[in-house]
Amino acid sequence: MLAKRIIPCLDVKDGRVVKGVNFVNLKDAGDPVELAALYDREHADELVFLDISASHEGRATMVDVVRRTAGEITIPFTVGGGIASVDDMKRLLRAGADKIGINTAAIRNPDLITDGAKMFGSQCIVVAIDAKFNPEWGEWEVYTHGGRNPTGIRALEWAKEAQRRGAGELLLTSMDADGTKDGFDLKLTRAVSESVSIPVIASGGAGNAQHFADVFAEGKADAGLAASIFHYKEVTIREVKDELRAKGVNVR
Amino acid sequence: MIAIIDYGMGNLHSVSKAVERLGYEAAVTSSPEAILAAEGAILPGVGAFGDAMRNLRETGLEDAVKAYAASGKPLLGICLGMQLLFEESEEHGVHKGLGLLPGRVVRFKGDYKVPHMGWNQLAFTQPSPLFDGLKPGYVYFVHSYHALPERPEDLLATTDYYQPVTAIVGRGSLYGMQFHPEKSGELGMALLERFLSIARAG
Repeated sequence: MLAKRIIPCLDVKDGRVVKGVNFVNLKDAGDPVELAALYDREHADELVFLDISASHEGRATMVDVVRRTAGEITIPFTVGGGIASVDDMKRLLRAGADKIGINTAAIRNPDLITDGAKMFGSQCIVVAIDAKFNPEWGEWEVYTHGGRNPTGIRALEWAKEAQRRGAGELLLTSMDADGTKDGFDLKLTRAVSESVSIPVIASGGAGNAQHFADVFAEGKADAGLAASIFHYKEVTIREVKDELRAKGVNVR
Repeated sequence: MIAIIDYGMGNLHSVSKAVERLGYEAAVTSSPEAILAAEGAILPGVGAFGDAMRNLRETGLEDAVKAYAASGKPLLGICLGMQLLFEESEEHGVHKGLGLLPGRVVRFKGDYKVPHMGWNQLAFTQPSPLFDGLKPGYVYFVHSYHALPERPEDLLATTDYYQPVTAIVGRGSLYGMQFHPEKSGELGMALLERFLSIARAG
């Protein structure tokens, strides 16, 4: 049976991990490659690098990070952030990334999904959706630019279109839950997961192992992503997995 | 030297790095001579079956891979590379494969998520030097099509995704893995190491 995946996300700026990381056993806690290798040893199922560099140079540095990471770890990893063209995708995939996450650029130019899937295969294309509940609609709206700009697009419609265009997976972030540590947005995750037939990674709100159990069972998610709880060592990936296993969840 | 066959399909860097980490020399190559001279060869691949076969044909590598396989030296197909070993696939129309193993590649059909993406548990269906002494565990899959070998004796391991799914095939010195051993943690690396040591032993 397919295992539920636990995925840590690293924010990287100009080649350095930005969110404060306090691992004592790392030589250089700011080095994404070293942190990636540590998460691999801790049995993370995949990794996501989110490049938040604002400059061209910063993004060029990411290619080097990807190349070094690919030689160090034995699990798949996704790179997202600032990817706006098929050439950008090719550069990162050639450097050793397994999947490419696209968000704002896909909203601006949905053909990017279609073209990327055609050229590299659907399994490489992860469409990231930042969604927030719109009370007037009674459903969720897609936001871009790291959650700053509302688009007027319904999240469930966009999820279906992303799939139709060839996305292999969705990375769904609830802006309502993000940062709360009160748990994933189960309603949103379930609504999206039931609207599509591709895997959905839930993101935003993870605070403990129970939250992962909930989003797998009630939210129908295929994977759960978290950043700060792992980086700040509030809980380790191994602990989350041990607890999930004890609750009968199938994890690696 | 282990030849990583480069025919323009996908992530060769990770495979070649994994081979090097295991202490073997890896060469990413599209040269038929280099492939034929290698002690072992790996046919990786992500993307669409039809595109892959067209690339192999246009680069002249289809004949090289067939000649290499006929030489009896160890060949490992990974993911799409495994599927290419079979006779044909129904991915975007029917396409002929390398025909090194009898059988077909078909799409997952049913009320479940496709691609089959993530970590799934292996079950060894018969003994093989590829995993003798290894315990079956989780490896990383990502695919929308799966292989149906015609001869039961070619099937070495399966995984369960709403049905038994071909995970490892083998016949003589020809092997295929549907999952990505280079992305499958310790077990994946152990399986890759076995293949490499089989190649070294000749």
